[in-house]
Amino acid sequence: MDSMQSNLPTIETQNLSLFYDRTLAFTDVSLPIPAGCITALVGPSGCGKSSFLSCLNRLSDIVPKTRVTGQVYIDETDIFDAAIDLIALRRRVGTIFQKPTPFPFSIWKNLAFPLREHGVKNRDRIDAAIETTLKDVGLWQEVSDRLHRSALSLSGGQQQRLCIARALVLQPQALLLDEPCSALDPISSGVVEDLIASLRGRYTIVIVTHNLAQARRIADFVALFWVRDGAGRLVEYGRMQDIFENPQDELTKSYINGIRG
Amino acid sequence: MSPFLRDTLLVVTLRSFAILCGAIVLPIVGFLFLEAYPAIEKIGWVSFWRDRSWNPTEGAYNLMPMLWGSLFVTAGSVLVAIPLGIGSALFSQYYAPPILARLYRRLLEILAGIPSVIYGLWGLVVLVPLIWQIEPPGTSLLAGIVILTLMILPTIALSADASFSKVPFAYWQATTALAVTRWSAIWHVAFPVAKSGIFAGILLAIGRAIGETIAVLMVCGNVVEVPNSLFDPMRTLTANIALEMAYASEYHRSALFVSGLLLMAAIALLIFLAEIVNRRGIYE
Amino acid sequence: MNNLSSPRSPSLETIVTILVWAIAIGVSLIFAWIVGDIAWRGIGELSWQFLINYPENAGREGRIAPILVSTALILAVCMVVAFPLGIGTALWLSELTASASKLGRLVGRSLDILAGVPSIVFGLFGNAFFAKTLGLGFSILSGGLTLACMVLPILIRSTEAGLRSVPLDYRLAAAALGYSRTTTLFQLLLPSSAPSLLAGFALGLGRAIGETAALIFTSGYVDRMPRSLFDSGRSLSVHIYDLATNVAGGDAKAYTSALVLLMLVVFLDLGAILILRKWLQGET
Repeated sequence: MDSMQSNLPTIETQNLSLFYDRTLAFTDVSLPIPAGCITALVGPSGCGKSSFLSCLNRLSDIVPKTRVTGQVYIDETDIFDAAIDLIALRRRVGTIFQKPTPFPFSIWKNLAFPLREHGVKNRDRIDAAIETTLKDVGLWQEVSDRLHRSALSLSGGQQQRLCIARALVLQPQALLLDEPCSALDPISSGVVEDLIASLRGRYTIVIVTHNLAQARRIADFVALFWVRDGAGRLVEYGRMQDIFENPQDELTKSYINGIRG
Repeated sequence: MSPFLRDTLLVVTLRSFAILCGAIVLPIVGFLFLEAYPAIEKIGWVSFWRDRSWNPTEGAYNLMPMLWGSLFVTAGSVLVAIPLGIGSALFSQYYAPPILARLYRRLLEILAGIPSVIYGLWGLVVLVPLIWQIEPPGTSLLAGIVILTLMILPTIALSADASFSKVPFAYWQATTALAVTRWSAIWHVAFPVAKSGIFAGILLAIGRAIGETIAVLMVCGNVVEVPNSLFDPMRTLTANIALEMAYASEYHRSALFVSGLLLMAAIALLIFLAEIVNRRGIYE
Repeated sequence: MNNLSSPRSPSLETIVTILVWAIAIGVSLIFAWIVGDIAWRGIGELSWQFLINYPENAGREGRIAPILVSTALILAVCMVVAFPLGIGTALWLSELTASASKLGRLVGRSLDILAGVPSIVFGLFGNAFFAKTLGLGFSILSGGLTLACMVLPILIRSTEAGLRSVPLDYRLAAAALGYSRTTTLFQLLLPSSAPSLLAGFALGLGRAIGETAALIFTSGYVDRMPRSLFDSGRSLSVHIYDLATNVAGGDAKAYTSALVLLMLVVFLDLGAILILRKWLQGET
């Protein structure tokens, strides 16, 4: 694991914009995302945070009629380049969604399916990888005796941790999390949040959250998005302490104070 | 008339309409039994599979050749139509560009509506001579299978298409995020989710194939014999009824109603199976 | 850095893609073949004269005027009976009974069975009940009534689906205004689901117009101009069937009749599809 840390990727966007059909979701976002850190994207709903996130491993491709302009660099590579290997890109950059989406089969198969898909056929290696990953996300104790039961029988929080495990089992270097706690009850939400915090330094993490308190607890860097002139824009970006204690933009100030008050 | 009275009258009228429509099945089955009874009573069930042949004018009532005929032609067409139909659904759902997908769906809908007599005419004039060139007489089990396949393919394709379209988009996002290939996502995720709907469509198609009359009658040759090869002519239960009802009388006519009963029994069995699939689909 | 092997070769994905496209292209080509064949061979004889003159020499010569009249009369009988019954039943099923009510479920189940009954069995029933028991003989009335039983499930299900898609708000608003049920149904629900009624009507008509097996021994073969509903009358599809199978040298005229039938059916089906699509799009 330590050897991985040194070559975690940095992600950087330049003048990135995204259109759904003819409407602009967000525009002109230039944001550096440092390696191995947790970067939180905050802002009111509808300001393009999730759309922005979906561009970082080109999941935006599968939504019909979207168009992206600008660049996304992972290390030095422009991922919107036509020659990019999408499979390699998405293995390198994993995604966790707002609503837990375990596949409708067993816990074991939920993890084995992506492994097999990417060429791991040996049963012992699959079992070993599953055990390691489930321990990583703190699920092993809870599910080791029922790996072959349906993943849909798990609670919401467990399902979300399974989905994180499913992304981790492919050994990505970066993780994109789209409001991973907002569909969960407060206790599960806390467990998942602690899990994400524990991944710091092992992956480059980008997390979308509308929960400022959560951003403050886990983020190293914070980026505030806001809707101006009918499109989401990046308002301010900086270290977590700077954003929360010494915001430069008036909007950031009132947003943070508004939530506090 | 007061509004209250009018409402009551309306409810009573509509309910009686509904009961009438719901009850139509009863006289259908009732009359089949009534008309089939003399044959069952006089000839006996055993004759229908023990008699030396089907020759009602000479008192021979063996239905087995027709039963086998129906079975072969149905099984053959369903086996061919399942992969073609599911492939069609995959095309319009996952592989085709949106415009082609819409056009293809429309085409399947039109195919589903083309009357059987038109399939039969095409089969008789175009397909049968083609088969004849390979091996005479042309009118054959094979011709029946090809025509029926074309007729039930849209049923399977459209119901599979509808089932696939209900697979949640979140699964596609998740499989794409895991860099799973399109086919693996379809095979491992979409199929399990859509399978009960696909299966229901297949049962529907089997029902259509068993009950189809005119098209198979026109291309199968209608010889009362169990076919030994794909190129042999044969006769289905349905064709038997259509061919002989016009002149059948007494026990002969009654025996034809027995084959009608058999058809109904087959349909009932399919509906029962569909019911089971449906229930499992809900609780899974 | 990564101990997983490289992503597996995309060969399976490629094979499936090729297969799925091949199936879609194959089905489209066969469709074009059938429709093209009917159009190519049928169009030569097609003319205004063909539609309005009388058949001669068992249909080898001459035209199809009486057949069109018989077809229209059979369809008229069918729809005059089935449409009000079907709409009424659909209204009752969707508006006046809870979908969980026992009678409602029973009627629904029975309609599902009715939808699965093979057309030849409808023919047997029509022959035994309308022609024989009611004494209507081989007549347009027998044929039309038999078809009415057959298209009821299509009409009811289509209308029901339309009614169910009318927003609940409408009903609540009507109730809040103190409308009676009759007023709500006739002033509000039926008009706002009119397109689905129309589509159901077109689909039912499309199914009825193409039917052959249920008509051969209910409305019969006679190709004279019918003078009343109690006369036997030959429908267009029966005409095609008879020309193709029983009349040597009847193919050319069969093809022209088939072209007429095909145009009618495609017109009705496409009409239904377009009405429904426009309606659904208009809502969103």
